[in-house]
Amino acid sequence: MSNTSAAAHHAASNNRKWAIGFTSIVLVIFVLNKFILPTAPRQVVEFFNAWFSLTSLAEIMVWILMALGLNVIVGYAGLLDLGYVAFWALGGYVAGWLMSPFLSNFQISFFGNPRPGLEQGIHLNFFMVLIFGGVFTALWGIIIGGPTLRLKSDYLALVTLGFGEIIPQFMVNGGDIAGLNLTNGSQGIGGLDDIKFAGYTIGTFSLPEKFLMISMLAGAMIFFSIRLRDGRLGRAWLAIREDELAASMMGVPLWRTKFASYAIGAVGGGIGGVAFATLVGGVYADRFNFVISIIILSMVVLGGMGNVWGVVVGATVLAWVNSVGLVQFGVVVNNALGTNINFPSYQFLLFGLLLVLMMLFRREGFIPEARIRMVMNEEKLEDEEKVSDETKIAGH
Amino acid sequence: MFLIIAVAVYWLVLNLFKDPVQFASVTVNGLTNGMLYALIALGYTLVYGIIELINFAHGDLFMLGSVFSFAILTQALGATEPSAKNFVLLLLVLLLTMLFCAILNVTIERLAYRRLRNAPRLAPLITAVGMSFVLQWIGLKWVGSVPVNVPTVLPTTSFGIGGVELSFKAVAIFTVTVPLLIVLTFIVNKTRRGRAMRATAQDKDASRLMGIDVNKTISFTFAIAGAAAGAAGIMYAQTIGTVAYNLGFQLGLIAFTSAVLGGVGNLYGAVIGGIIIGLIQSYNDGLPIGPGQRWSQTMVFAILILLMVYRPGGLLGETAQEKV
Repeated sequence: MSNTSAAAHHAASNNRKWAIGFTSIVLVIFVLNKFILPTAPRQVVEFFNAWFSLTSLAEIMVWILMALGLNVIVGYAGLLDLGYVAFWALGGYVAGWLMSPFLSNFQISFFGNPRPGLEQGIHLNFFMVLIFGGVFTALWGIIIGGPTLRLKSDYLALVTLGFGEIIPQFMVNGGDIAGLNLTNGSQGIGGLDDIKFAGYTIGTFSLPEKFLMISMLAGAMIFFSIRLRDGRLGRAWLAIREDELAASMMGVPLWRTKFASYAIGAVGGGIGGVAFATLVGGVYADRFNFVISIIILSMVVLGGMGNVWGVVVGATVLAWVNSVGLVQFGVVVNNALGTNINFPSYQFLLFGLLLVLMMLFRREGFIPEARIRMVMNEEKLEDEEKVSDETKIAGH
Repeated sequence: MFLIIAVAVYWLVLNLFKDPVQFASVTVNGLTNGMLYALIALGYTLVYGIIELINFAHGDLFMLGSVFSFAILTQALGATEPSAKNFVLLLLVLLLTMLFCAILNVTIERLAYRRLRNAPRLAPLITAVGMSFVLQWIGLKWVGSVPVNVPTVLPTTSFGIGGVELSFKAVAIFTVTVPLLIVLTFIVNKTRRGRAMRATAQDKDASRLMGIDVNKTISFTFAIAGAAAGAAGIMYAQTIGTVAYNLGFQLGLIAFTSAVLGGVGNLYGAVIGGIIIGLIQSYNDGLPIGPGQRWSQTMVFAILILLMVYRPGGLLGETAQEKV
């Protein structure tokens, strides 16, 4: 009894340390970009723009949202989702529909903030759109998860893969469904409203505020992830992840619990999609492809499946490498060695090898929880390698 | 379920009466595509049957097969137009490509999947996805990021039967794939190795006790699967006429859908599934009354999802319901 409470206390203080770290990093970045950089010398500004541009940092926060959403599905419940990009796309289009001049048959503004001259269309308040985005993607999670979660887990991987392909294709083709323009095709929906928050408008050029806003969303996601994990539902997820049969014997309703993880995990994608759409001011169908799903999966795997802070770190590192790291390292290496290697073209190799090597040598991720380390390295009882070794010895 | 089938049948009959000639040529087209899908689907089904792994890298193996054949036949040997000599070269490179893909597939199994045979299910799946990316990268470095046209060595002429144009390419696909499919099913069903494969698929420990070398058998399965993918690769490059690094992803998914449609783990199922998917896709793309090519992928995945809901075991397979 005292042992478990001590462990819980340890975990809580650990969380507090990480949370303080996260908050202070976000605040430092905000203050740096808002107040210090505008007055800093040119070289310093150039350095930051090349290596840590605020756009890329804000994108990292979106990736964190995504990765945490997928972490609920893959890390907590142990279900493989290979089409997570679909939720990103759906969230993005919810923002495109509900806060832009696109659906011009309507003229609704509900605490909205339409740009001058673009008052047609639906304009809802950003926070309402966040909620709608979350609900909408959760609904799609239910539609996809409902029938497939009764099947073996590899089938779920495939159906999600198919889903991740269909949705973006639908968005590309959706510019003309029997004459109805639902998604504006491959041109995408632009001209999204600025966020209005407490009487203060966060416009196109107020990037520091946008960054802060998305960081707050990511922070909320981190908070809910941790709370969910420790709650009744979270413990049920972990039980299923580790041993489905044992979990169902203990009275965990398998289907309902998996279902909850799929729907809740989808919400992360939806909120991230809305956030990303407002960050870039539009939603464009050709951005959503399979590579994105795999990058998000790599983030979860790299950081340590199931561990919230591990996933946050994994998402930060990989998103940064993917957006600026590869390019910048390429510039540095090519300048130093006089070579002409196209670093970004190694993206596929990087993420592919990362997944393979992590699975082969460090399945629990770089910042694992103690619990998943035990599970991931536990071989089955009928260990084939050992058996074949024994038979070899016996044969000699 | 019956409603869906009824609508599909009605749609086909409607098209049949509207333009019978086009219907027939579209059918031939679908059958040839379906044969290629069947060859790839066989690889999925064989591997899933024996180690219960969805080999996500299999589609990309097919892609590398097509790229390899392009590099050898077109670039190295310079066979760019139809002639008797080039036709012999084609057969030679066909064997080479099959060998190449077989070796590659066995290597992948040896390096990555074998170590994970007892790991939790998620681990080999994620590894396969990673492998798929690595193979795509190899393809990307090999042919570049844009699709490359492949000059075919097959005669481009066609002959008509009752107004239906039957191209020589379609005949070539049939003459390559049908014997291959027969040989493959013969190997699995009638030979000693095949019996070892089926035994290993059923129970690895029991097979080991019976004196079967399980590792060797699994390697052999991967070799066969790779060879089939290689054959599909070269035939695709020669008949469709393009190779691209991201070919494997799409075709792999279609082929997997075929395998699931037929019932994963069932050889005949993969062939039947491949043909059905080929037909459906071709009807969707080519018929006068139909959704058209841009919905092609969506159709295939819609089928996949519907299958999961109504008949997860496929047409010939057993039920895949999770024991609850």
